Amino acid sequence: MAGSFTRMIAGRNGAVLLASLGAGTMATGFLMSDNPLAAEVRTKLYPPSSDFPDLRKHNNCMAKALTPAIYGRLRDKITPNNWTLDQCIQTGVDNPGHPFIKTVGCVAGDEESYEVFSELFDPIIKDRHNGYDPTTMTHPTDLDASKITNGVFDDKYVLSSRVRTGRSIRGLSLPPACSRAERREVERVVVMALAGLKGDLAGRYYGLQDLTDKEQQQLIDDHFLFDKPVSPLLTCAFMARDWPDARGIWHNNEKTFLIWVNEEDHTRVISMEKGGNMKRVFERFCRGLKQVEQLIQERGWEFMWNERLGYILTCPSNLGTGLRAGVHDTRFSKILDNLRLQKRGTGGVDTAATGDTFDISNNDRLGKSEVELVQMLVDGVNYLIECEKKMEKGQDIKVPSPVTQFRK
Amino acid sequence: TAALSRQELKGGARIATMAKNCHNDYKMKFSGDEEFPDLSLHNNHMAKVLTKEIYAKLRGKSTPSGFTVDDVIQTGVDNPGHPFIMTVGCVAGDEESYEAFKELLDPIISDRHGGYKPTDKHATDLNFENLKGGDDLDPNYVLSSRVRTGRSIKGFTLPPHNSRGERRGIEKLSIEALASLDGEFKGKYFPLSGMTDAEQDLLINDHFLFDKPVSPLLTCAGMARDWPDGRGIWHNDNKTFLVWVNEEDHLRVISMQQGGNMKEVFRRFCVGLQNIEGIFKKHNHGFMWNEHLGYILTCPSNLGTGLRGGVHVKLPKLSTHAKFEEILTRLRLQKRGTGGVDTASVGGVFDISNADRLGSSEVAQVQMVVDGVKLMVEMEKKLEKGESIDGMIPAQK
Repeated sequence: MAGSFTRMIAGRNGAVLLASLGAGTMATGFLMSDNPLAAEVRTKLYPPSSDFPDLRKHNNCMAKALTPAIYGRLRDKITPNNWTLDQCIQTGVDNPGHPFIKTVGCVAGDEESYEVFSELFDPIIKDRHNGYDPTTMTHPTDLDASKITNGVFDDKYVLSSRVRTGRSIRGLSLPPACSRAERREVERVVVMALAGLKGDLAGRYYGLQDLTDKEQQQLIDDHFLFDKPVSPLLTCAFMARDWPDARGIWHNNEKTFLIWVNEEDHTRVISMEKGGNMKRVFERFCRGLKQVEQLIQERGWEFMWNERLGYILTCPSNLGTGLRAGVHDTRFSKILDNLRLQKRGTGGVDTAATGDTFDISNNDRLGKSEVELVQMLVDGVNYLIECEKKMEKGQDIKVPSPVTQFRK
Repeated sequence: TAALSRQELKGGARIATMAKNCHNDYKMKFSGDEEFPDLSLHNNHMAKVLTKEIYAKLRGKSTPSGFTVDDVIQTGVDNPGHPFIMTVGCVAGDEESYEAFKELLDPIISDRHGGYKPTDKHATDLNFENLKGGDDLDPNYVLSSRVRTGRSIKGFTLPPHNSRGERRGIEKLSIEALASLDGEFKGKYFPLSGMTDAEQDLLINDHFLFDKPVSPLLTCAGMARDWPDGRGIWHNDNKTFLVWVNEEDHLRVISMQQGGNMKEVFRRFCVGLQNIEGIFKKHNHGFMWNEHLGYILTCPSNLGTGLRGGVHVKLPKLSTHAKFEEILTRLRLQKRGTGGVDTASVGGVFDISNADRLGSSEVAQVQMVVDGVKLMVEMEKKLEKGESIDGMIPAQK
């Protein structure tokens, strides 16, 4: 029940832990070695310098921020859930990174990780979030969808609109650290709350363990089903443990509001629909989030949030709003074609774009001079930027006529 | 500061020293039932043995280095089963695990090792002269011969649990020990970090290079952490004696060569092992061993001798015979694909090795391989001539 958890959170000290240990199963003291100082001896035998990871080939935010001095100060600290720095950084040690894509390289095991290990997390947050300094700045939360203007795009061109975020339940460890009981508790709390949603938000929960073949196929067809993580970024952060225990998918009957339970965060909340009505998508998003929050508060729970970091999620890259909003627009490729440009991910050929940044370059090599090709690139990119500016203001854009390919 | 140090409650009962990386105490606020894993779809030794009663008894314990029962069973929870083999589903994190969690591990050991009892004693015999024959396996069928085992170094925790500092300590000690070998055992160490492309290609061509584990049986047990830090390969100049450092065990020791002279392979194995052990003992870090479980290794399936002696042998006809599996069982042998565990056979060539590890000695196990393979090659030859092998089916060993 929420009551006992609040007590645990409030009284997180040795006495409370000992009392709960005494009350529960009595661990009949076990110590094989006669040496009562086994733990302390081991600590001296392996000073932080002997444990410092080899990060010479690494390219992630953690490797950039972690110094032997920071490691030395933080290695022997633990959060109230006994989560350690080594556990935070394991994923970044195991995954050196990609020359073009900079991963974060560390995760939080609980809300307190961001405090206990702030000496490491703060510079990583600053690096990843364009200079946001958690030591001096505060993060604004605003879920008032009525403020959005011109948020309706032409359905002819915008095929779908989507907004997603995550939410964590305060008092329970995050996916890298949670025990099976904690994970099941997250599922219980969330599913109980979602059962209280009504009207267009009324829906149903599908636990991954109990899916029938028919349900599974339906969820796949709807593109709702999530799989056991295979990315080493996640598996090395211990997020796939005990799969599929306590994982599941909830969605409303209209299939426009979807919640993933116990995947990479306690919850991932997604509002989506076909077409370009981003305003309605966001309105539903905000309304749904607020109702879920109210429903869990009625039972004594709340979301992890503070004014320094906003909403607390597993990966530092998702702090703050945890929000990613986007559309699928059909015209981008056509515009590029007519401008004789091509797009690639920022990693070059064969990669996907990171964020919303594309690599734009000339298509042609032969039949046009250097000056002509560079001019086409300049003209084309200017046009794209004008389009981008127009769309930011909610104005319409035109597909340009094709540029002449060869001199007559 | 660091973990809770030892506390004393009223009545003198003591709690386990909670070393770091042991997040057990916060879990104790939940009941055993709330934490008990869902094993309804599972088929491994751990899932067969673990009950709520055993779990309740063990969940409050930890070894001095901080390994807990949840750590022991994680790989078995995450991997419900395997298409080819009945997996163990648990690992040890240190020497003390086998004592601290004996309520769970003793029945698993018994299941896995043919009814081995907690009171049984294991015999070690690394005297190669006790092997009879083994130098005359037909090279037309037996393509290669190999004997491997593992060794754990006392005073360090095991691959699922060890820190980077410990792993590097193991590597350092191993390099020193191996560097002092000479004669037929003179060789060189290749650390995985910083290996040149040329060295890597050569090791791959020699079939010596081991990769970062991809099998979830190993990754879910935490054995691939910090890869490739502290890992490496040592081999003698003749390329017939090989040591893997910090892969699935502290050391894996391998003797091998093309062809069927298992006698020579085993001789080199025994001599090399004894040389290495002598050097580690001199550094006051002997191998983990006790008279009940023999050599202590990460996976309970490798206790005892930790020995897998085998050959790559062409048995296209015998392998499709209706009684193939039964023959193997009676000979106390097992088959694998030529890629090792987790692989299937290619072109009728099988990896045939001893099934036993605990309760019989090294000599006895290699003897079973030698005798069994000899018999199976004769059966293959008979089947090639279209003759029956019914009269040759052996009795259960």
